[in-house]
Amino acid sequence: MSVVALKPYSFPAKDVRENFPAPLFFFGWEDHLMFGAPIALPLPPDTPFGAVGPTVLSSAYGYHPDFARIDWSKVEWLKSGQPWSPDSVKSLAENGLKHKDVLRFRTPGLSGLNGSCN
Amino acid sequence: MDTPVIKKKLGLKDRYAAMTRELAWDTTYQPMDKVFPYDKYEGIKIHDWDKWEDPFRLTMDAYWKYQGEKEKKLYAVIEAFAQNNGQLGITDARYVNALKLFLTGVTPLEYYAYRGFAHAGRQFTGAGARVACQMQSIDELRHYQTETHALSHYNKYFNGLHSPQHMFDRVWYLSVPKSFFEDAYTGGPFEFLTAVSFSFEYVLTNLLFVPFMSGAAHNGDMSTVTFGFSAQSDESRHMTLGIECIKFMLEQDPDNVPIVQRWIDKWFWRGYRLLSIVAMMQDYMLPKRVMSWRESWEMYVEENGEALFRDLARYGIRKPKGWIQACEGKDHISHQTFAVFYNYNAAAAIHTWVPKEEEMDWLSEKYPETFDQLYKPRWDYWREQANKGNRFYQKTLPMLCQTCQIPMIFTEPGDATKIAYRESDYLGNKYHCCSDHCKEIFDNEPEKYVQSWLPPQQIYQGHCFKPDVDPTKEGFDPLLAVLDYYNMNVGRDNFDFDGSEDQKNFAAWRGDFTQGAQK
Repeated sequence: MSVVALKPYSFPAKDVRENFPAPLFFFGWEDHLMFGAPIALPLPPDTPFGAVGPTVLSSAYGYHPDFARIDWSKVEWLKSGQPWSPDSVKSLAENGLKHKDVLRFRTPGLSGLNGSCN
Repeated sequence: MDTPVIKKKLGLKDRYAAMTRELAWDTTYQPMDKVFPYDKYEGIKIHDWDKWEDPFRLTMDAYWKYQGEKEKKLYAVIEAFAQNNGQLGITDARYVNALKLFLTGVTPLEYYAYRGFAHAGRQFTGAGARVACQMQSIDELRHYQTETHALSHYNKYFNGLHSPQHMFDRVWYLSVPKSFFEDAYTGGPFEFLTAVSFSFEYVLTNLLFVPFMSGAAHNGDMSTVTFGFSAQSDESRHMTLGIECIKFMLEQDPDNVPIVQRWIDKWFWRGYRLLSIVAMMQDYMLPKRVMSWRESWEMYVEENGEALFRDLARYGIRKPKGWIQACEGKDHISHQTFAVFYNYNAAAAIHTWVPKEEEMDWLSEKYPETFDQLYKPRWDYWREQANKGNRFYQKTLPMLCQTCQIPMIFTEPGDATKIAYRESDYLGNKYHCCSDHCKEIFDNEPEKYVQSWLPPQQIYQGHCFKPDVDPTKEGFDPLLAVLDYYNMNVGRDNFDFDGSEDQKNFAAWRGDFTQGAQK
């Protein structure tokens, strides 16, 4: 379906890649809903994937007592909701990540405050 | 058409006809379709505008008289409230934060409604519908003004109320109500009426006005109660316009049914999402509570809505698609919404707080299946940390839903431990939504929603700094620059209520006030 209008209806999309200094990525930590919503972060495409978890995400998620206990080698990633195995040595771009991809991560054994998913 | 000769004294019915429909004429210099181009392109077929039942039965002269009387009463109360330092009689300064949200988030919508109804009041071919919309347009302008006047009194004493219109166009959480109304009034006039008059005012508005205004009364805020009930007396007319417009479209042509159904599906969901803010006001921000969000949802939506949609079934209309999910949400959305405001309180011009112990008990009692298990643990932890001087502030921007523009806080149907993520591809770009229903709205009109002005994206694109700001300068703090662009006074308008200037001032004033009264 599309917009019903009196005249041709065509306007530029606001959030295309060219409008950002770096591609935008979204991250969500499963079972940790103390963080009310997933986060949005622009990251240079040559960022090594291995730096994302322990370095980039610590400013957003470091407040949680579980964060320091994460074993990043055991983390399970979901991309667009599907299980996904990144190569931590390769960059974001080399891992095939594109503008506005959503990455969710599960931390086995860590499921929030007293296991409450908070 | 000749103007009928007006007898000296007309009966009510004749007078009404003379002062409304008979003021209209069919144009001859230009074809009617060219004069009224907007009410056909949406696909709604109207065969006979005379079948429109005028819901108001009000003429302009009577309208001025009634409204004038209401205004006099309202301003007398507001004046008395100001003279008597009524702001000292409220239960607790935390309450004022609900007013801040109302003034910055809801009041500008009244102004948008005024514009939307002025547009519809010009564009309908049928004079009856035009007159009804024109009167509502003036009502909405009145609401905008009275709310501004009533609340401006609080601006003298509390922080965060100084720049509502500026903030409405910029601040992240205010993009939720703003985008809702911009979506509505950029539709055609029939969609606008379905969105605002029917889905919002007829189906949902009681949730905004009745419990919230009783909440104001319970919390000693007579000024808000008065504008609330002054507006509510117009609201019953608006609701009648909503249901009349729906029935008129459905009766005029069976081809209208699927179009109207799609609008009802869309606008029920859009309105429901918008009311998340009201849910949190009710459950968390009224120091003295009236009823829970869940209870008011059951009373005003589930019960009334069941009857309404049973009645509309004869036209082939069913309940909105999101109905079941919205009903499931009654146990969750107030908690999820207040929690995200708590997360992002560094960037919000209201205060939040950890509920007091007895308030948590109330929440446990009102939400026996969800609060203790799902939501209390985070409050307990936040309180423990705040007491250690480690109050939680999330500083990384949230991911928003492309349609409703609310941070992605809502959970999967049937599993409140999982955030719901939905994704669409459109012209090679990804778009994300918070629910099946927001995704469906996006998928139906992607050309519209790819234009969404999403605050985090706009911040990252560098559009939310004042013009003279240099982001390359050393020591540049993007968050502070954004708050400056919002016109927020950092340290006064934002952060936790505990330790805020509002809290300290109110305590000092109330102390003085009580002593004075004892003397």
